Amino acid sequence: MTTHAPRFWRCIPQRYSLIGTHCTSCNESFFPPRNICPNCRRGAQLEECKFKGTGTVITYTTIHNATEDFDRLTPYHLAIIELDEGPRITGQIVSAPDGVKIGMRVRPVFRILGKEGERGIIYYGTKFAPIEETCCD
Amino acid sequence: MRPVSIIGVGCTKFGERWDASLRDMVAEAGIMAIEDACVTGEEIDALYVGNMSGGRFVEQEHIGALISDYAGLSRLHIPSTRVEAACASGGLALRQAVLAVASGYQDVVIAAGVEKMTDVSSGTAADALASAADREWECFFGATFPALYAMMARLHMRRFGTTHEQMAMVAVKNHHHACFNPIAQYHMEVTVDDVENSPMVADPLHVLDCSPISDGAAAVILAPTEMAGRLSDTPVRIAASSQASDTLALHDRRDLTTLDATVHAARAAFSQAGIEPKQVDVAEVHDCFTIGEILAIEDLGFFEKGQGGIATEEGLTALGSSLSVNTSGGLKACGHPVGATGIKQAYEIVLQLRGEAGRRQLEEAEIGLTHNVGGSGGTAIVHILSR
Repeated sequence: MTTHAPRFWRCIPQRYSLIGTHCTSCNESFFPPRNICPNCRRGAQLEECKFKGTGTVITYTTIHNATEDFDRLTPYHLAIIELDEGPRITGQIVSAPDGVKIGMRVRPVFRILGKEGERGIIYYGTKFAPIEETCCD
Repeated sequence: MRPVSIIGVGCTKFGERWDASLRDMVAEAGIMAIEDACVTGEEIDALYVGNMSGGRFVEQEHIGALISDYAGLSRLHIPSTRVEAACASGGLALRQAVLAVASGYQDVVIAAGVEKMTDVSSGTAADALASAADREWECFFGATFPALYAMMARLHMRRFGTTHEQMAMVAVKNHHHACFNPIAQYHMEVTVDDVENSPMVADPLHVLDCSPISDGAAAVILAPTEMAGRLSDTPVRIAASSQASDTLALHDRRDLTTLDATVHAARAAFSQAGIEPKQVDVAEVHDCFTIGEILAIEDLGFFEKGQGGIATEEGLTALGSSLSVNTSGGLKACGHPVGATGIKQAYEIVLQLRGEAGRRQLEEAEIGLTHNVGGSGGTAIVHILSR
């Protein structure tokens, strides 16, 4: 994968800050941002919204065999996460020594996602880490 | 709209075809189909070719003109169109050809499919295939194609109690079927243990849960049913052709254990054909991963949601049962040259309905179905064929 600079730069708001859209007509939120609401289409009232980034693991896998860009990371966890505001996104789960579970609560962490060789641009973005259970005893 | 029939079919050997180029293979399949149909170049009105990624796999675009040129049709100047819907490109080429003939706009039309995947490294091939998913919002974060199906598999196991052993049985069955198919990539039986002990790709999917990287081409020739009897002794009628779309990214789907595009395409197809799923004798379904076949046999309406794993375990989809699934060996063992797959599925069903399927021939096959999926379910194409 070669993601050239303009393509990466124009997505920086979403990649760095999990900024999406919310349709006030149907009350559904979207990530990444959509210019057209699939529920309301032309009747949509879309506004920008920033997601907290906390959410729940819906399903996951551990990747042992990746494309060349991610080969050095294997094995790594990939999950579909439902954000608390509703939309679902695909992302890596890191800092999970005990593994990933369906239903696990996660929070966003800002990480390097890839780099284009030694001199190319470095891509930053969101990965997810387990939210530590509060200890009560 | 007028009824359409298949009057000729051809398919190359699938596999690692280091001896053959993209243009060699599509010409080979095309000539087989033309000879099978006994038509001449002058009778052909148009050509549609399914190809997912000539640009990535052989650095060649403009596949439509290339195919017509190397099929020897350049001097006739017939229109040739390349069609793309990722792994469903072949199925979509067939559907475009069906629409062209059904509408009355064209009479004799070739639908072909081709992919040449082994000219590049497996890493480049995997990345080219990943462009069938959402490059910006899935692959960018490290998703691979097996990973997307693995996440569907994980949830299917959790919700319905499907086991990895049941998935492995899809591979065991399809490898067994492929042993009887001369064009198949693999003529090798595998056991459940072989699948479970093969290296992990994306948990719970192992290498032997995945379809291979393949080269191959296939072609079918269509004509209006009213002309078909004159052009072929054994025409096969296209009773339905349907297509449906869904979100590009898996995470945006209504349900991660159902391919809604398949559900919608299947409903439309059964309604067009005026039949029930239980009337289908033989089906070629999109088993790009073993879980893919389990999802397909549920979403097409053959089994209730959640019962696909058990149905496979009980042998209800094996060769010779009331519904034989993937008698060719499927994508899993016959091979998956992505653009060719949708056409190869129709080729297999035509052989079964004509009684020409050799050692894998079913008794009394009257109605067959093909199911071709693009990406993780963004496109689904269903065709129903009948004698």
